[in-house]
Amino acid sequence: MARYGMVIDTKKCVGCMDCVVACKTENNVPEGHNRDWIVTVVNGKFPSVNLEIQSQRCNHCDNTPCVACCPTGASHIHEVGNVVLVEHNMCIGCKACLAACPYDARFINPEGYADKCTFCIHRVEKGELPACVSVCPTHCMYFGDLDDPNSEVSKLISSRKNHQLIPEAGTSPRIFYLT
Amino acid sequence: MNSISRRKFLKISGFTIGAAAAVSTLSPMIKGANKFNKEKVKGIQKIPTYCDLCFWKCGAVAYLKDGELWKIEGNPEDPLSKGRLCPRGSGGIGAHSDPDRLRSPLIRTRNRGEEIWKEVTWDEALDYIAEKMNKIKTEYGPEAVAFFAHGIGGTFLKHTLNAYGTQNFAAPSFAQCRGPRDVGFELTFGEAIGSPERTDIENSKCLVLLGSHLGENMHNSQVQEFANAVQKDAAIIVVDPRFSVAASKAKYYLAIKPGTDIALLLAWMNVIVSEKLYDVDYINKFGFGFEQFAAEISQYTPEWAYPETGIDPELIRTTARVMSQYKPATLIHPGRHTTWYGDDSQRSRAVALLNALMGSWGRKGGFFFPTKFAVPGYPYPAYPEPIKPKVDNPDKKYPFASEEITTGIRDATITGKPYPIKSWFVYATNLIHALPNEDETIKAIQNLDLMVVVDVIPSEIAGWADVVLPESVYLERYDELHSSPFKEQFLGIRQPVIDAPGDQKPNWWIAKKLAEKLGLGNYYPWNNIEEYLDFRLKKIGLSLDELKKKGIVHGNKAPIYFEDGIAPEFGTPSGKIEFYSPQLAAAGFDPVPKYKRPDQPPAGYFRLLFGRAPVHTFSRTQSNRILMDMMEENEVWVNADIANRYGLKNAQHIRLKNQDGVVSNKIKVKITERIRTDCVYMVHGFGHNSKMLKSAFGKGASDAQLVTKYVTDPLMGGTGMNVNFVTFEMEA
Repeated sequence: MARYGMVIDTKKCVGCMDCVVACKTENNVPEGHNRDWIVTVVNGKFPSVNLEIQSQRCNHCDNTPCVACCPTGASHIHEVGNVVLVEHNMCIGCKACLAACPYDARFINPEGYADKCTFCIHRVEKGELPACVSVCPTHCMYFGDLDDPNSEVSKLISSRKNHQLIPEAGTSPRIFYLT
Repeated sequence: MNSISRRKFLKISGFTIGAAAAVSTLSPMIKGANKFNKEKVKGIQKIPTYCDLCFWKCGAVAYLKDGELWKIEGNPEDPLSKGRLCPRGSGGIGAHSDPDRLRSPLIRTRNRGEEIWKEVTWDEALDYIAEKMNKIKTEYGPEAVAFFAHGIGGTFLKHTLNAYGTQNFAAPSFAQCRGPRDVGFELTFGEAIGSPERTDIENSKCLVLLGSHLGENMHNSQVQEFANAVQKDAAIIVVDPRFSVAASKAKYYLAIKPGTDIALLLAWMNVIVSEKLYDVDYINKFGFGFEQFAAEISQYTPEWAYPETGIDPELIRTTARVMSQYKPATLIHPGRHTTWYGDDSQRSRAVALLNALMGSWGRKGGFFFPTKFAVPGYPYPAYPEPIKPKVDNPDKKYPFASEEITTGIRDATITGKPYPIKSWFVYATNLIHALPNEDETIKAIQNLDLMVVVDVIPSEIAGWADVVLPESVYLERYDELHSSPFKEQFLGIRQPVIDAPGDQKPNWWIAKKLAEKLGLGNYYPWNNIEEYLDFRLKKIGLSLDELKKKGIVHGNKAPIYFEDGIAPEFGTPSGKIEFYSPQLAAAGFDPVPKYKRPDQPPAGYFRLLFGRAPVHTFSRTQSNRILMDMMEENEVWVNADIANRYGLKNAQHIRLKNQDGVVSNKIKVKITERIRTDCVYMVHGFGHNSKMLKSAFGKGASDAQLVTKYVTDPLMGGTGMNVNFVTFEMEA
């Protein structure tokens, strides 16, 4: 069974937010909320500055506090690609998962359920890439099976310097940022 | 036809929105009568078109789900987008659903600018306009009507006004934007840069950006090529007072003192000439006046430039040598918005000359020769011969202006000289934000007998109109065929994918109806635009049906570089690349660019710089709810040391006051290490004060409001706008 993950090349990313817009229209994300977002990390003192621009979203972790804490089983691991999903009909909007997520990746949809990135599993199951990956004008995002050593994502992780977000949270996040 | 107050008007608008929403959700029967989607198709429909969120005009595919607009993607057949739109294009459906859109024609009932209107029918609005136009023609002649437009949608209105007898057309894209750049390159190579830029970024091995913030400035093809160059490890050199996103991708970042770019360019050329690092063969073959140029440039050493620019002489030398190492695939980008200090066409000429030294014009990785898909025009009757010359540049005051000057028309409207201008038509350009010094714009408007604005949103300039005509957005209309000069030939179509939500009409319909009201119906021999488009397409063996299905067709392959067959010809008087410009000398200007130190900010003031964000276009997209969700207000960037000195807090709201005492709207402070201490920066387009633009009203501040001062480029009439200084007003 595949284990989907994402690799994002921060050297190429310009932080244009196209990933955020494409997700919003693809998934009809309500006004005032987004399932992905841009963080710009600035280091140094002018003029010796460096930036790392990160397109962030749910990390679809291997260890999932959001699933573990869910009282109804709405938060679950999908059989395809081990993607972390929320079954809207089962969710009671208790916000336990919002508190448990170290990445602040979830929000309560105005319709009452916990909402977040799905890795566009509805597209992936049809053989397409997630909307954010397919729209990116800089081609800085890669999606694929981390368990397949020949996948583009696995090769990038083994060949390029990279890091995950908040690894110390121990969730084993599946998004890798190339630096 | 009742006189209604703004408040009541908004209420009526609100009701219209509610009614439209009810129709789409509750009444599939009425929805079934939809003009463009006659059968409410279940499932997914894909309809190709081209984008209108900016002027790049990327090929796009609109998706309808069960007859409702769902999303827009790039058309993979399109060479501009290569199947990937920018964030604005991806958010294009927000233009259709924007709750602040203009919905029906309006006629002013009180003083100009008070924004008090009555809603009228299209017949009433166009009769009113035609009557005034006929009166103006009788009293002042047809040349008293001027037209300001931005974008391809202005084509048909221009045709109507041409038929009426005026040629006074201008766009801010020249004198407030790319004009100086195009003139600087014309003077040097005999050709302009054009749009889209003829820059071969993807093949550049060394890319130099001067104030050009690709990545924040989201011109799609250029950003895609830029990312490609980054991946290929091109040597990128960024010169900017602000540590832009592009600067973060650069090998060399030169934190230049604002306004001193010419000094840096001269010093770079000094190094390249004195160390003989230029393309000798290229210059021997194609150069003119190189000896005089070299002699003049010899005085501008990096040590001379250092106190002006603040850039270490060794860094100037190193970067000059890096450029030379990769020539001719070294591209010193000409920029786009280049109206900065009033000596901008000379700065652009220095950029052109540096490129000439690299031999990059006409070469792979430099400047390509664009090719364009040709479609014969429609055989219209000839326009009336103009009696008076164009009004914008009397006696060739600006001898090298290659297009019309907006601010020249504005001056003529204020002074009545060389002859009075009595009517403005404004299409899709918010002159209040686009032209410097809004007081002059308003003063000019007060001299008009007729002021018409055609637009999709109620921008500030619409608030000053006598008549406002609501246009349907690009997703609801046909438009002129699109073929831009680019690396390959292509032809694109814009077609309606969904109905307009109110009484909006496409620009072609407005232009044709107005022509008919003016008794100029013979200039529109076609009944509707489908007939017009099909007629033109049949001339080249295509049909409207075919293009509607494909969205884009490709043309013939054509050479685009000297090395693959372009003849190295230069449209200058000498027929060569003019290092020394006799035509500039003859007109009394510097034949080789010279540097002059710009005025410096008084103590306690900072130079106001402005630029773009990737999610907005000018002042036109702030009410698009999708793009608003990405960025709903702008911030003023303040260096951390300065913020500390003035006690500013991050995210605190302050106001900016300029040297003339003009105070801005409230704006959020962004404390950052990404900018010099002598300037502040903000994204252009925010700070709306049009009452009708409800959702964007009062969000952020307008740089344009603070640009009360400008310096006019004596060569071509461009308005340098980076000459304003601001200080902080704490009581927000």
